[in-house]
Parts: sequence; C-alpha cells; structure tokens
Amino acid sequence: MINIPSTIRIAFRALRVNKMRSALTMLGIIIGVGAVIAMLAVGTGASKQVEAQISSMGSNLLIVLPGATTAGGVRMGAGTQPTLTLADAEAIRNECPAVAEVGPVLNGIAQVVYGHQNWSTGVVGTTPGMLVVRDWDLSSGRPFTEQDVKNATKVCLLGQTVVENLFGDDDPAGKIIRIKNIPFTVLGVLERKGQSAIGQDQDDTIYIPVTTAQKKVFGTAFPGMIRIVMVKARSAGELAYAEKQINELLRQRHRIGPKQDADFSVRNLTQMMQAAEQSAKVMTLLLGAIASVSLIVGGIGIMNIMLVSVTERTREIGIRTAIGAKTWDIRLQFLIEALTLSLIGGLAGIIIGVSGSKVLSMLAGWPTIVSPLSILMSFSFSGIVGIFFGFYPAYKASLLNPIDALRYE
Amino acid sequence: MALIETRGISRVYRLGDIALKALCEVSLKIEKGEFVSIMGPSGSGKSTFMNILGCLDKPTTGQYLLEGIDVGNLKRDELAGIRNKKIGFVFQGFNLLPRTSALENIELPLLYNGIPVKERMEKAAWALKNVGLEGRGGHHPNQLSGGQQQRVAIARALVNNAPIILADEPTGNLDTKTSAEIMELFVKLNTESNITIILVTHEADIAAYSRRVIRFLDGCIISDEARVKT
Ligand SMILES: Nc1ncnc2c1ncn2[C@@H]1O[C@H](COP(=O)(O)OP(=O)(O)O)[C@@H](O)[C@H]1O
Ligand SMILES: [Mg+2]
Repeated sequence: MINIPSTIRIAFRALRVNKMRSALTMLGIIIGVGAVIAMLAVGTGASKQVEAQISSMGSNLLIVLPGATTAGGVRMGAGTQPTLTLADAEAIRNECPAVAEVGPVLNGIAQVVYGHQNWSTGVVGTTPGMLVVRDWDLSSGRPFTEQDVKNATKVCLLGQTVVENLFGDDDPAGKIIRIKNIPFTVLGVLERKGQSAIGQDQDDTIYIPVTTAQKKVFGTAFPGMIRIVMVKARSAGELAYAEKQINELLRQRHRIGPKQDADFSVRNLTQMMQAAEQSAKVMTLLLGAIASVSLIVGGIGIMNIMLVSVTERTREIGIRTAIGAKTWDIRLQFLIEALTLSLIGGLAGIIIGVSGSKVLSMLAGWPTIVSPLSILMSFSFSGIVGIFFGFYPAYKASLLNPIDALRYE
Repeated sequence: MALIETRGISRVYRLGDIALKALCEVSLKIEKGEFVSIMGPSGSGKSTFMNILGCLDKPTTGQYLLEGIDVGNLKRDELAGIRNKKIGFVFQGFNLLPRTSALENIELPLLYNGIPVKERMEKAAWALKNVGLEGRGGHHPNQLSGGQQQRVAIARALVNNAPIILADEPTGNLDTKTSAEIMELFVKLNTESNITIILVTHEADIAAYSRRVIRFLDGCIISDEARVKT
C-alpha cells in the first residue's frame, strides 16, 4: 500500500525547501566518504608501492652477511667484519640443493667519467648470476659472462640513471667509460627498476665482474673477499631449507663449532619485505578506520537534523496522519529523507575523495590508488548510516498522536 | 443501522491528579445524508466529540459504532485507513501543507489510499472543480485567500469519496460573506452527493444551513432538534 515513488517525491520536496540545511547536513557525509576513499587510496597506494618494490628486489631472496663475530671479546654486529669469499658464494650455489642462483657482491662508491661528463655512483662487482637473483633483464646490449669473471675483464653494465647522467640520449653500447680512471667497455644497459623499499634509486648503479672489482677497482683485505652474497631460493617454499643449508655449509667451511657463534648471518629478505607490506596494509586499515569515524559523525549530523525536522514538521505529520497516513507511510517518508541526504552526500563524497586522492598524489607525491571496492564500500556504508541514523527520528515521527500534532504550534 | 452511533461515550482527560470529564455519556445516532450542526459554548466538549467521531481519539468509556463497526477495537493503522476512506476533515485553521500546491494537497488522501498517479490527478482535478477552484491547482496555500484555502481543504475531504465530512468550526476564520459561500458548498455536497455533514459552529446563521442542531453544555447534550429549513 505504501507508495514509494510519491514518498520519494515528498522527501525530495522537503529537502529542497531547506536547501542550505540539507547541504550542510550532507557535508558531514561528504567529508566522511571523501576521507575514507582518500585514506584508503593513500594506504592502498603505499601497499602497492611496497609490493612493487618487493618484486623489483627479486623474489625468494636470502642475503648472507658477514660478521657477527667476536673480535677480542667484543661482539660485533652483522656486516662489520668481512668474512665471506667468492668461493663461499660458489659453494652455496653448487652445494645447497634449495638454492637456485647466487649473486656475490663487492661494491663501493666510485667516480665514473665519460667524455666531459662525470658521475659518482655505486659500483657493484658481481657475477652474471646476480641478474637472475634480482630478476633483472637488460634493456639493451648483452650481460658479461662467467668467462669475463674468470678473466677479470674490464666490462660493465650500466643502470638507467647512470646512462642518463653520462650519455644523455646517446647509445652507450660499446663505449668506453672510466671507473676510478680505469677504462671499461659498456656491454649493456640494465632495465629500469625504480626506487627500492628504502627509497634508494636502484638504477644508479654499475655492474662489473666481481673479480675485476677485487683486483682492479676496490682491492681486498684478504684473497677472494666479498661483502655479501645474495641468494635466490628455488621457490618460496624452499626458502627455509635454503637458509638452513647455507647455515650448515658456511659453518662447515668457516670451521665453526656447534657451540660457537657464526661469523656470518643469513637473512630472509622476502620475509622482511613481507613484514613491510603487512605494516602498509595495517596502515591502510587504520587510516580507513579513522576516516570511518568521520562518516559516523556525519551520520549523527543527519540524525540531529532529522530530529529537528520531525519537531518542526509536527503539524505536517499531524495533518498526514489525520487524513490517513499509516505508521510506515510516515516512517518511510523520514527514512527516505535521511537516506537521500546520506546517499547524495555519499556520491559527492566519492567525487571529492577520488579527486582529493589525485591532488594528494600530485602535491605530496604519494602514490594513491582508488579501488572500486573502496568506492562501493563507502557508498553502501553511507547508505547504512542514513538508514541507521534516520530510523530513530522516523520512528519518533510515526508515534506522534495526531490530535496533539495538529494542535502543535 | 445508523451511519454513526455513539453509546454512552465519555472522555476523561487526566492532567496529573486532576481528571477532567470533557464528555459525559453521550449517546446519539446520525443517519446517512444528514446535515448536523453541533453548537455550544467554548469548552463544552464539541471538539472532543468531533475527534472521537473522526477516529482521531478514542472514548474513555462507551462505544462508537461507525457503519456498525465498533471502532474502539481497531488498531492505529486500521483507524488511519478509516480516516482515509470514510471521513473527510475540515478544520478551522484549514491545515493544508505549506509550500505544497493545492492540487498536491488534495491528492494526499489518494496517495495514502494507494491510488495510481493518473487516477490521482483526475480525481484531484475533479474535486478542485467541485469546490469551484478550477485553474487554481498550482497555487500554494499562501497564495490563496482564506475562503479559497478552506475550499481546498473541502476538496481534500471529498476526494476519496468519503461518506462523512467532519468540520470543526470551518468558518471560524472567515468573514461573513465567505462563510456563506462555504456553507452553500456544504449544502450542495449534502444535497447533490448525499454526503453526511457534521459541523461545529458558534453562530446561529451557520447552524441555520443544517437540518438538525445538537447543543452541548459541559460535555453533555442539552438539546437535539430537527429544524425546518427556512
Ligand atoms: N488534550 C487535552 N488535555 C486536557 N484537557 C483538554 C484537552 N482537550 C480539551 N480539553 C478540555 O476539555 C474540555 C472540552 O474541550 P473542547 O472539546 O476542545 O471544547 P470545545 O471544542 O467545545 O471548545 C475543555 O475544558 C478543555 O480544556
Ligand atoms: Mg473546539
């Protein structure tokens, strides 16, 4: 019996009569929905960025650090004492079944010159395996080979940032650059990787054979010294095995007794990154939760205005009841009013939230991603808020005694 | 069976400890097609009685039978249905919805009766014509004179083809000439459409349009007489 289209028209008319008030009431919901969408966009953007960084690091990674030794009774932190050798790296690759590939690293900062241009960058001595470990392809040219490592040839691969700073638009392939005044032939250029999880420009780098780095560029404190070894496990499931196998192998190779502290440590990079990703997700939830509070505050605003409206329109309710409006006719009228306020507010909030995220991206440089789910969720949530906070005023209106209501001034 | 029958109805208002008896054991019958006026001094219980007849209020004791049905046993929404279909109200203060056109005001009872849009428009237009306000359908109450507003209210009372119109001092806010026009309208509705009309008034000239006069004093009927039309 309830005539929904007419009830909707009645509700719209009432809202139009009080345009300013309706707009201000909606503002609460607009801000609430806008905030939810923008905050979720910031959070999702951050999570996605961390995710991208993780995959740019390479997958299923372990990192072997030297140190954690006791030097003269003083316990040193990981990485403080060089204890790893290239032979260790090769042994890890050859003897640990769960390991797919290794990338030894001996690195340092070096001045690089090409023609009139010069640039200071991180030079990484490594093996061809490193490209596999880090899932890194070349955008042009060819990688150096095991033969280059064996012979300690003076060849290099350039990161995009280095190319931009030394060559501009020129093609670097086959050109000679000087690293610490030593001439190197450019074999190829690494694909762009972007920022690392800690904000480092991963493209600001040069790869050279590890032996060349040891013998010609940086030198070593002892024969075969490298700083770290990056290890790729065969699969995510085998990460733990790889970690165990490396530990056993290196303890054996370094002759460390069962009661002694190791002079190296194995870290699970993937786990560390996943923790970062997890915390980004928690942050998303937290931001969303905080923003939802403003949506609820907006809902209370609607309830407040609807209560005022019921009081103001007591006489109108009396007239309607006197000429035959039933309980649900009156309830629905006020519910639809509240729902209209909250849904129009929700729509406007979506527009504000989406454009607000874009502005945030532009001004603050944060990556933001507006997911359709967050739009759907906040819109339906604003609807629920409208119904929830509209119900009490509607209920109150429907209980009015028509005689008293008609007499109300 | 009378259209309206009250059996010893009384209405007691309670204000804290004080009980005020606004109606005491009123019994009467009104047949279909009658034109009754209710007179009496202020505070004699006329409006209280009308509210009960209109199913806006229930008697404290006694029975009210409308078309033979004991209204006292009905629920809130059932009473709303009776008010919608059986009774048209006309108030002293018109009680039209502000900022709402005359036509939309007239449409309201149809809306709550679940009549489809097209039929609503037709019926509202018919009712508007019936009270002589053709062409004023788009006007809002504040754009109409008192007499015109009361005509809109009468049209609203008519539109659902209710057999009864209850009018509580319908001319109380109108000048003599306009009052006469409104009363002519009631007479027309009574004679042409056989609508039962019960109206409350202070004025003998107004009561003179009716064919039966009931007088109240302190909540009791003191006289109930048919009059010969002059
Ligand atoms: N809602 C109410 N609460 C308490 N007393 C009321 C109420 N309505 C009317 N009365 C009292 O009941 C008596 C009859 O009132 P009413 O029916 O309005 O008289 P009339 O319409 O004849 O002037 C009056 O004394 C009035 O004060
Ligand atoms: Mg009265």
